[in-house]
Amino acid sequence: MKTKHMQQLISSVLAVSVFHAPVLLAEMDSKPMSHEMGQMQGGSAPDNARDPHAYSDGYTLTEGPYAQSGPRQLKLADEHAFWAVLGDRLEYYEDSDSGIFDLQAWYGTTYDRFVVKAEGDFDDKRLEESQTDLLWGHALSAYFDVQLGLRLDQYDEGRDRQWLALGIQGLAPYWFELDITAYVGDSGRTALTVEAEYELLLSQKLILQPRSEFTLYGKEDLKNGLGSGFSDFSLGLRLRYEFTRQFAPYLGVEWFETYDDTANYRQAAGQDRSDTQLVAGLKFLF
Amino acid sequence: MTQQLPQHTQALQLSRRRFVQGLAAGGVLAAAPAWLQAAINSNTDLGTAPVLSGREIDLVVAETPVNFTGVTRMATTINGSIPSPTLRLREGDEVIIRVTNRLPIATSIHWHGILLPYQMDGVPGISFKGIPPGETFTYRFTLRQSGTYWYHSHSGFQEMTGMYGALIIEPRQGERIKADRDLVVQLSDWTDEDPMHAFSKLKMQSDIYNFNQPTFFEFTKDVSTMGLQAALEKRQMWNRMRMNPTDLSDLSAATMTFLMNGTTPAGNWNGIFKRGESIRLRFINASSNSFFDVRIPGLKLTVVQADGQDVEPVAVDEFRFGPGETYDALVEPEEDAYSIFAQSIDRSGYARGTLALQQGLSAPLPALDPVEWLTMADMMGTMGQGGMAQVGMDHAAMGHNAMKDMKGMNSSGMAGMMGSMSQGGMDHSQHGAMAMDHSKHSMQNATQNPLIKPSTTVKHARTEYGASVDMRVDMPSTRLDDPGIGLRNNGRRVLTLADLKSIDGVLDDHRPPTKELELHLTGNMERYSWSFDGLEFGKSSPVSLRQGERVRIILQNDTMMTHPMHLHGMWSELETDQGELRVRRHTIPVQPAQRISFLTTPHDLGRWAWHCHLLFHMDAGMFREVVVS
Repeated sequence: MKTKHMQQLISSVLAVSVFHAPVLLAEMDSKPMSHEMGQMQGGSAPDNARDPHAYSDGYTLTEGPYAQSGPRQLKLADEHAFWAVLGDRLEYYEDSDSGIFDLQAWYGTTYDRFVVKAEGDFDDKRLEESQTDLLWGHALSAYFDVQLGLRLDQYDEGRDRQWLALGIQGLAPYWFELDITAYVGDSGRTALTVEAEYELLLSQKLILQPRSEFTLYGKEDLKNGLGSGFSDFSLGLRLRYEFTRQFAPYLGVEWFETYDDTANYRQAAGQDRSDTQLVAGLKFLF
Repeated sequence: MTQQLPQHTQALQLSRRRFVQGLAAGGVLAAAPAWLQAAINSNTDLGTAPVLSGREIDLVVAETPVNFTGVTRMATTINGSIPSPTLRLREGDEVIIRVTNRLPIATSIHWHGILLPYQMDGVPGISFKGIPPGETFTYRFTLRQSGTYWYHSHSGFQEMTGMYGALIIEPRQGERIKADRDLVVQLSDWTDEDPMHAFSKLKMQSDIYNFNQPTFFEFTKDVSTMGLQAALEKRQMWNRMRMNPTDLSDLSAATMTFLMNGTTPAGNWNGIFKRGESIRLRFINASSNSFFDVRIPGLKLTVVQADGQDVEPVAVDEFRFGPGETYDALVEPEEDAYSIFAQSIDRSGYARGTLALQQGLSAPLPALDPVEWLTMADMMGTMGQGGMAQVGMDHAAMGHNAMKDMKGMNSSGMAGMMGSMSQGGMDHSQHGAMAMDHSKHSMQNATQNPLIKPSTTVKHARTEYGASVDMRVDMPSTRLDDPGIGLRNNGRRVLTLADLKSIDGVLDDHRPPTKELELHLTGNMERYSWSFDGLEFGKSSPVSLRQGERVRIILQNDTMMTHPMHLHGMWSELETDQGELRVRRHTIPVQPAQRISFLTTPHDLGRWAWHCHLLFHMDAGMFREVVVS
């Protein structure tokens, strides 16, 4: 029991600290390369920084001499909304005849976007469980967005849950794709998910992608077979071939491990507490 | 800004070669419709734009099917040809150009580099309202200059889908530059994709067209040749900063087919000459997004004009130019055939043609040069050069300190750095000597007028510290004698900005500037956003200038790409870092981590556009308005 309390404490601390993660990462992001070299990225403007409107004499794009009449006609892509759908993982596990999907879509401008993240497991062509994040993403720094919104969990056998979500997503130094989100649900539930990906180009088209993910829960959830504390950890290695940058089938291996009560619940339900599986899947972008 | 192209797709499986090289007979498919025939004076042979001249000209903008790669697409054309008709006009004439829009959307034509009343400049939303579908707009202006220019649509991505043509203005007093033959060599790029779709793909993944990215096996190769530590150090800075050392061009031959006079590489445009003739080649970079490195193996190019303005002749083997720039060069061929070879800056492809005594001849085609990594100098300016280059004294101390930190510098980066220092070699010392001669003079004056020389103190805008900017350069260098990445130390004599000097009389305003403006070219490659001072166009305010005043504008490039900066309505008169006037341009390429300055005297009242002429950078927001009042 003592370890369980420890885990609860640790996960609570982690869950709280992740709310500070945006700030921490932004700071890390903006740390000078060295003292001598000044600061080439991030940071905050010094007091004597130049005013970018200093040369305007108070004129604007619609006011002042020779401005075209009526509302501003010239709008470039910086004022347009774009969208994208990224199918990160759409994959099938041969051993268990099951599969997962992990998709992300966004709509919006460079700095403000509506983001949907959908992830789930299916078995015998039936959706077993899914997790959908509906987020507003706002640029925090050159490489990171802060994301705020809701997460909706759906369980075929279990109880659906709703959470508030706050996270950061972006590209860390050395090209690590990070997605860290903290969740607060009803009855004081908390959770934290951390995902990291890296891309190793073996050639311009053959790409090896290590990927890792872990989840912590602040409180056990018997209905859904989740223990508190460090719940699960997965590590995958996928080798994809980009026929185009937008269409890339892959083969890979995925190992996962569950811990403590989560592992016990799984065992009680006749599932493996850990497993290594071969996967085949598709990554796409449009 | 979106222009949806009708997708007339013939589903053909293309080989890679065909895509890059294009079809031998690629180009405009349909014969011009009957209503257009009257407007076209000459036939539309492949690669020969019809020539229109006189004081009154009619142009018709319409959709025309084309096939450059094996797939039929709709292009936007002027009088049914790509390139658009070559306009041959005369200095001093008042010309009337009626432009009829037969597109389903609005259009416009901008006369690139031409001084005229702002209402005639052709930028929708700034100079006028644009030309609505079915309507005719009459441009009317008097030509106050001569030389080689071009014209193109300033609406959406129409320029990228075919709306560009040469504009040649004969000097009133007769040609000063003597040549037996006069050929336009217009370079451009074509994509089968809808440009907006290509843009949105860059928005999703900004390196989506880059197929020269560093790979793992390049790393292991470096480990075996230079050792693990050096191989890691070579990559450390790039990886830490999330910058790609091969980020040379946003759109590569993965989507672009490069054209010479509207002709694919497989089509091999022919420029025919007679033995013994001297030829004036009017090179125009009319591409949407491509820098080209141009050379004619076996021939010296004597550059006599830049952006339509006469320069002191300089003989080179090769020159680089970006969208919007033009160079006139004289050549004197002796052999039967020569290849005109224009490789793209990212080395993913090329445009080519042949100068030949008769049709059908060809000459050996050089291989594409290897892709070079950007150097630390491209990323950090002087700092990357170990603080040893030609920068202000006040920076030397900092530069020295920076050296201590350069242990992390890779040997290849070093080679690049040394390269960029040694390549200048002679030019550099010449330049230095010149600067020194000048410095006595300017040091005396400096106490009287601090604006005699451009300031070297870097001032970042406060809006450069946000999400729109992925890097800032604290120690830029001016290095006008740097030919740029991929051209340093290539064994050929490559034109640099330091080589260009307007001939006497071209630069006529020798007043020192009364004010100095500093703006930074900024961007965020990961988000695919481009801006001035971290502010995209929609968030920016105009730059206000007074008619007749002498102004210095400093442009500092805080990005890793070269930006051809085009200021409408007035000249950009490039100066050295010592404040010595050099050459008059309408489009100035600013290299990574470079800080250049130019003087201008706005004569024409109105609102003018100022932007990067890489069309996607412009559309992403590297665009400002200039108000002259």
